[in-house]
Amino acid sequence: MEHVIRFQPGKIHPQKFALWVGMAGIAMMFAALTSAYVVKQSAGNWLEFSFPNHFYFSTISIVLSSFALHKSFVDYKTGNESGYKWFLFIGFILGSAFVVLQYFGWTALYAMGVDLKGNASGGFFYLITGLHVIHVLGGIAALIVTMLNAFSLKYKVTEKRKLRFDLVVNYWHFVDILWVYLFIFLLVIK
Amino acid sequence: MANISIHEDDILINEQGFNDHFHEHHHGDKYKTNFLSHYVFSTDHKMISKQFLITGMFWAVVGAAFSVIFRLQLGFPEESLAWIKPLLGKWIVVDPSTGIGKLAPEFYYALVTMHGTVIVFFVLTAGLSGTFSNLLIPLQVGARDMASPFMNMLSYWFFFTAGVIMFYSLFISTGPFAGGWVAYPPLSALPQASSGSGTGMTLWLISLICFVISVVLGGINYITTVLNLRTKGMTMWRMPLSVWSFFITAIVGLLTFPVLASGFFMLIADRSLGTSFFLSDIFIAGQALDRVGGSPILYQHLFWFLGHPEVYIIILPAMGIVSEVMSVHVRKPIFGYRAMVYSLMTIAFMSCIVWAHHMFVSGINPFLSNFFSFFTILIAVPSSVKVFNWLTTLYGGNIRLNTPMLFTLGFVTLFISGGLTGVFMGNHVLDIQMHDTYFIVAHFHLVMGVAAFFGMFAGVYHWFPKMYSRFMNETLGKIHFWGTLICAYAIFWPQHYLGLAGVPRRYYSFDSFEAFKHFADMNKFITIFAIIAFFLQLLFLINFFYSIWHGKKMTNKNPWKSNTLEWTTPIEPTHGNWPGNLPVVHRWAYDYNKDDREYVMQHIPLKDGEVGDH
Ligand code: HEM
Ligand SMILES: [Cu+2]
Repeated sequence: MEHVIRFQPGKIHPQKFALWVGMAGIAMMFAALTSAYVVKQSAGNWLEFSFPNHFYFSTISIVLSSFALHKSFVDYKTGNESGYKWFLFIGFILGSAFVVLQYFGWTALYAMGVDLKGNASGGFFYLITGLHVIHVLGGIAALIVTMLNAFSLKYKVTEKRKLRFDLVVNYWHFVDILWVYLFIFLLVIK
Repeated sequence: MANISIHEDDILINEQGFNDHFHEHHHGDKYKTNFLSHYVFSTDHKMISKQFLITGMFWAVVGAAFSVIFRLQLGFPEESLAWIKPLLGKWIVVDPSTGIGKLAPEFYYALVTMHGTVIVFFVLTAGLSGTFSNLLIPLQVGARDMASPFMNMLSYWFFFTAGVIMFYSLFISTGPFAGGWVAYPPLSALPQASSGSGTGMTLWLISLICFVISVVLGGINYITTVLNLRTKGMTMWRMPLSVWSFFITAIVGLLTFPVLASGFFMLIADRSLGTSFFLSDIFIAGQALDRVGGSPILYQHLFWFLGHPEVYIIILPAMGIVSEVMSVHVRKPIFGYRAMVYSLMTIAFMSCIVWAHHMFVSGINPFLSNFFSFFTILIAVPSSVKVFNWLTTLYGGNIRLNTPMLFTLGFVTLFISGGLTGVFMGNHVLDIQMHDTYFIVAHFHLVMGVAAFFGMFAGVYHWFPKMYSRFMNETLGKIHFWGTLICAYAIFWPQHYLGLAGVPRRYYSFDSFEAFKHFADMNKFITIFAIIAFFLQLLFLINFFYSIWHGKKMTNKNPWKSNTLEWTTPIEPTHGNWPGNLPVVHRWAYDYNKDDREYVMQHIPLKDGEVGDH
C-alpha cells in the first residue's frame, strides 16, 4: 500500500516523520521512568553503587555502531558498494556487542549484590536498562533484515530502499542517543 | 453555487483538482481484495474505522451489562439474583436454605473494575477516537489513506487482542481483576491480595499493554497524516474542528500513554520479579511481607499522569465531532473557530499538569495540592470558552432538530452539568469531603461518560451515510435520544446528593450503615433508570444494524449540505477515496449562509474579492 503515499519534494517523508513521532512516544516512556527514579530517590532509602566496567564498553560500542551505520548509509547513497556492506556489517556486530555487554554487565552487577529484590535503586537500574535493550533488539531485528537485503539483492540505489535504510539508521541513532542519555542520567543521579 | 449539482462537482474536482498520480498505479488486479483482506485484515481506513466502531459497540454492551448487574445489587440488595446464576455461575451464591441468590462481593468489585476499564479504554478511547479519527482524518483533509495503512491495521489488531485477553480474564476461575479501574497497588501488585489480583490482574496488565501499543500506533498515524498528507490548499487553519480535535487528542495520547506503560512495567516487575517499587510495609493475614522501601503513591502519580489526560483523550474528539455536527445543522459558521482551536490546545496542555487532583487525600504534600487545585480550576476557563462558543453558534441559527443535532445539544447540556461539579472537587479543601463518594461518580459520568457517548452518537448518526451509504431511522433515533437523556439525568443527578451526604463509592452494600440506610429508595430509583437506559441502547443497536442493510438509501452525495471534503467522495466508497483527482481546498470548513449562499463547500474556488480564511 505504499503507493498511497507520494513523496513530495522538499517535505519530510511521511514514514520518516511517523518514525520520529513514534520515537517521541518511546522517549516519553523513558522520561516517565527517569522521573519516577528521581522522585523515588529524593524520598530517601536509596542504595548507591558503582557500575561494572561493561557498561562503559557497551556505551562505546553502541556509539561506534552508530557511526559505522551512518558511514554505511552515506556509502550506499554515493555508490560505494563495498563500503556500504562492510560498514553495515560492522555496525551490526558493534550493535550486537552492545546487547551482549549489557547482559554481562547485569550479571556482574548481580554478583556485586545489587539484585532486583533489594533496594529500589537496583530495580530501577535493571528495569530502565532492560527496557532499553528491548528497544535495541528491535533495531537489531531491523538491521538483520537490512543485511539480508544488502547481501542478497543486487546493489541498486532506489528511492524505496534508500528510505527504508534511512528509517533503520534513524531508529538506530535514536536508541544510541537514548542510551547515552540514560547512561549519563544513571551515572549522575545515583 | 449553493445548489451545485453532483455532476458539476465531479467536474470541478477533476478539472481543478490535484493530480497525485494515484490512479496511474492501478493495474487491474492489484486492488482486487478477497474476503480476508477486505473485511478482516483490511488496511483501508474506512474499513478499520468500522472495525473499531463495531468492536467498541460489543464492549459497550458488555460494560453496560456489568453496570446493570452491580446496580441490581445496589438498588435491590434484598432481592434474589438466583436467576442470573446460569450466566454468572459461581459468582452468584445461593443460600441453600432460603434459595436466595446473592452476588459474591468479590465479583461485585470485579464488575465495577471491568465496567470502568472497558468503558474508559475500549469504548470511549478506542471506540471513539479509533472510529472517527480513522474515518474522518483522511476524508476531511483530502488524503488517500493514512500515512501507514499497515500500521493502522496493526493498531486495530492490537486493540482486538487487548479485548480478547480481557474477555478471557472474565472466565477464569479466580475471576477478573477486582481492584478498581485505576489498579492501585498493593491490590494490583500482590497476587495474593485478592482473588482477582492473581491471574486476573496479569491478564489485565497484558491486555492494557497491548492497548497502549494500539493507541500509540494509531496516534502516530493520525498525527503524521494530518501534518503530511493534507491535500493542496488545506492549510492547518482550514481544517474542520473535528480534525483538529483528533490531531490534538493523538498528541496527548502519544505523550501520556507511554507513561502509563512505564507504570505497568514497574507493576509487572513488582508482581513477578520481586522488586518493591510500589510496595512497603504490607501485612497480609497478619504476616509482614519482606517487601519494603517502595511507594504506592509513585504508582498513583504515574497512573494519573495518563489518567487525567485520558479523560480529555476521551472528551476532545467528542468536542470536535460536536462542533462540526453543530455547525452543519445550525447552518451557521462555528462561532470563534480559532478560539475553539486554541481552547482545545490549552485544555490539552493543561490536562497534563493537573493529575494530582485525583490524589488530594492520598497523602501528598498539601502545599503541592495548592498548585494542582489552581490549575485544575483554571482548566474551567478554556472549557467555558468552548461552551460559550457552542451556545453562541446555536444563537440565531436555523436549527435542524434531527437526531445528530439532538445528541449534539445533549452533549452540551451534559458537559455543563458535569463540568461544573469539577470546579467544586478541584478545590482540595472541599475534596476532602467529596473524594471517593458518589459525588465523583456523578461528576465523571455526566461530563465524561454520558457526554462522550453523546458525542459518539452524534457522530454515528451524522456520518452513518458516509459509512454505509444509508441513513439510520430518525424516529428510533429520537426515542433513543430523549430516553437516554432522561435516564442519564435520572441516574446521575441524585448521585450528587448521595455524594454530598457522604455515601462512599465502590461499596457493595449500605445495609449496615445507619447513615445511608434511608437512601435505599434513591438507589432503587437509580437502578430502575439504569435498566431502562440499557435497553434503550439496544434500540440504538437494532437501528444501527438494521440500517446497514435496510436503511433509507443515500441518493445525494452530500445529504446534510455540509462543507467538508468527505461529502465530495462518491456514495459508494472507493479505495483511495476519490475516483479521480484530489479536491483542492480554497476555504475554511464553515462557510454556511455566506453572502447569499446557503453553504459553500471547501473545494469551491473563491469569487473575486472573497476571503477564504478566518
Ligand atoms: C472543569 C473541568 C473539570 C474539573 C475542574 C475536574 C476536576 C476533577 C477532580 C478534582 C476530580 C477528582 C475528584 C476526587 O477523586 O476526589 C475529578 C475526577 C474525575 N474527572 Fe473531572 N474535572 C473536570 C472535567 C472533567 C472532564 C471534562 C472529564 C472527562 C471528560 C472528567 C473526568 C473525570 C473522571 C473520570 C474522574 C474520576 C476518576 C476516578 O476517580 O475514577 N473531568 N475531576
Ligand atoms: Cu482529572
